Amino acid sequence: MSATLPLHREWVRHSFGERLLRYFLWLAAIASLVWAVRSIEIIPEFLADAPEQMADLLIRMWPPDLGHYYPSVHAAMIETLHIASLGTVLGVALAIPIALLAARNICRNVLLNAVAQFLLVSSRSVNSLVWALIFVAVFGPGPAAGTFAIAFRSIGFVGKLLAEAIEEAAPGPVEALEASGAPWGHRMLKGIWPQVQPAFWGIALFRWDINVRESAVLGLVGAGGIGVVLDDAINFFQWERVATILLAILAVVVVAEILVTRIRAKLI
Amino acid sequence: MTRNPFPANWPLRIGGLIGLTYIIYASAQLGITGERLLHGFGEAQRFLARMFPPNFERWGLLVEGMLESLQIAVLSTAIGIVLSLPLGLMAARNLSPVWLAAPTRGFIAVCRSLHYVIVAIIFVKALGFGALAGVAALTVASIGFIAKLFAEAIEEISMKQVEAVRASGASPAGVLIYGVVPQVASRFIGFCIYLLDSNLRNSTLVGIVGAGGIGGTLFAAFKRFDYDFVCAILIAIIALIFLAEVISGRIRAALR
Repeated sequence: MSATLPLHREWVRHSFGERLLRYFLWLAAIASLVWAVRSIEIIPEFLADAPEQMADLLIRMWPPDLGHYYPSVHAAMIETLHIASLGTVLGVALAIPIALLAARNICRNVLLNAVAQFLLVSSRSVNSLVWALIFVAVFGPGPAAGTFAIAFRSIGFVGKLLAEAIEEAAPGPVEALEASGAPWGHRMLKGIWPQVQPAFWGIALFRWDINVRESAVLGLVGAGGIGVVLDDAINFFQWERVATILLAILAVVVVAEILVTRIRAKLI
Repeated sequence: MTRNPFPANWPLRIGGLIGLTYIIYASAQLGITGERLLHGFGEAQRFLARMFPPNFERWGLLVEGMLESLQIAVLSTAIGIVLSLPLGLMAARNLSPVWLAAPTRGFIAVCRSLHYVIVAIIFVKALGFGALAGVAALTVASIGFIAKLFAEAIEEISMKQVEAVRASGASPAGVLIYGVVPQVASRFIGFCIYLLDSNLRNSTLVGIVGAGGIGGTLFAAFKRFDYDFVCAILIAIIALIFLAEVISGRIRAALR
């Protein structure tokens, strides 16, 4: 970078501003880390005997008593799967109209687009556990609250991805149908639907997979499913039973993931 | 011979029928009835009426909880990244032998499969209430999240550069620093920012089971039916998440 020898310029990867930004970001990262370490309220004694306590817990959990699985854990597991599936169906059903409103090539009204986007963002910003707390307050404790929590959380995710898929659809088929005098419903069903169908099933399956995972914890706030059984077992210090429940959750989650991956590979 | 341009889609119709039957069956199993829903909508009205206007009077408690959530997010992200770097390398099938990669992948899969709130309860029972349990739980979640991404990024690198560095007689550490890291560094930083974003969301939640942060305040407010304070906390959480999303989006755009 010497001004006297213009032919012998040194190559630098980043401009001065870029380097300054990078240094600033690193500084911010380190500063926030130092701040967090220095000010977090961690009791030193708790930290000191943490490994011992973890080992103790694991020893209590081992071996898992699989005799606990049937019937109570099994029934709760089925309930969890029902909550996840029904919640996904309801969420997808509610997401379709909002996705149509949010897709700028279907709904030409900017105001309606903004409203739909706002609904989608607010659904995604609130975690499913918080939705569960809200619906427990509304419906009372039980799987109904869990189903609605899963559904309302799914709206944002499914709606956003579906709206993007709809916006990517080619306008040709819709225009052809419109030219032949097809009403709105037919244009959607025969013009848009065949184009977004693979994406739609992919999104729905993906969300179902996430929902199976999330519905396992809803019971902790009283919204039904296996979380209720888990919470009870932990509160009664039945650690072999806790281990059984954790294994059951792990197995179901892994099977759901493999299933979804297989089906998606076939669809796409 | 004219062909019907819009033939009926029988598989879809039958699938729809099966789906409908399942919906009715599952609703009956879960005890979701029209009566209960109608009752719920009445309750929802009362609930919303009590939520507004949001009550920011106890803002001191709110700020304290938010700061603790932020601390949990920062610490668990940092520890998670430090632990995930070697784990991601160990799980990458192109650089580490099968006997090492397979168990590491299994470990990462277990970390990913267990929901962070479940992990948080276990840590609360083992380590006691407070931020420590939250940091531990989110660290496990971070490993499940980012070690997998690290491993996938490492698997996608071009082996030519690695072989070239190796052929020049570099040590394994040299191969890593000059052959692997330059190819993945920018993606790793993107993943790390994404992780921080995700941990920030999750750190507002782990408090529900007693693992520190704003979630505890939220849960307590719910239990005491202080719905106007609940509304204030929810607004604060959504604002924080939204802000974090905007900032992380900016940083990722600037780094690209």
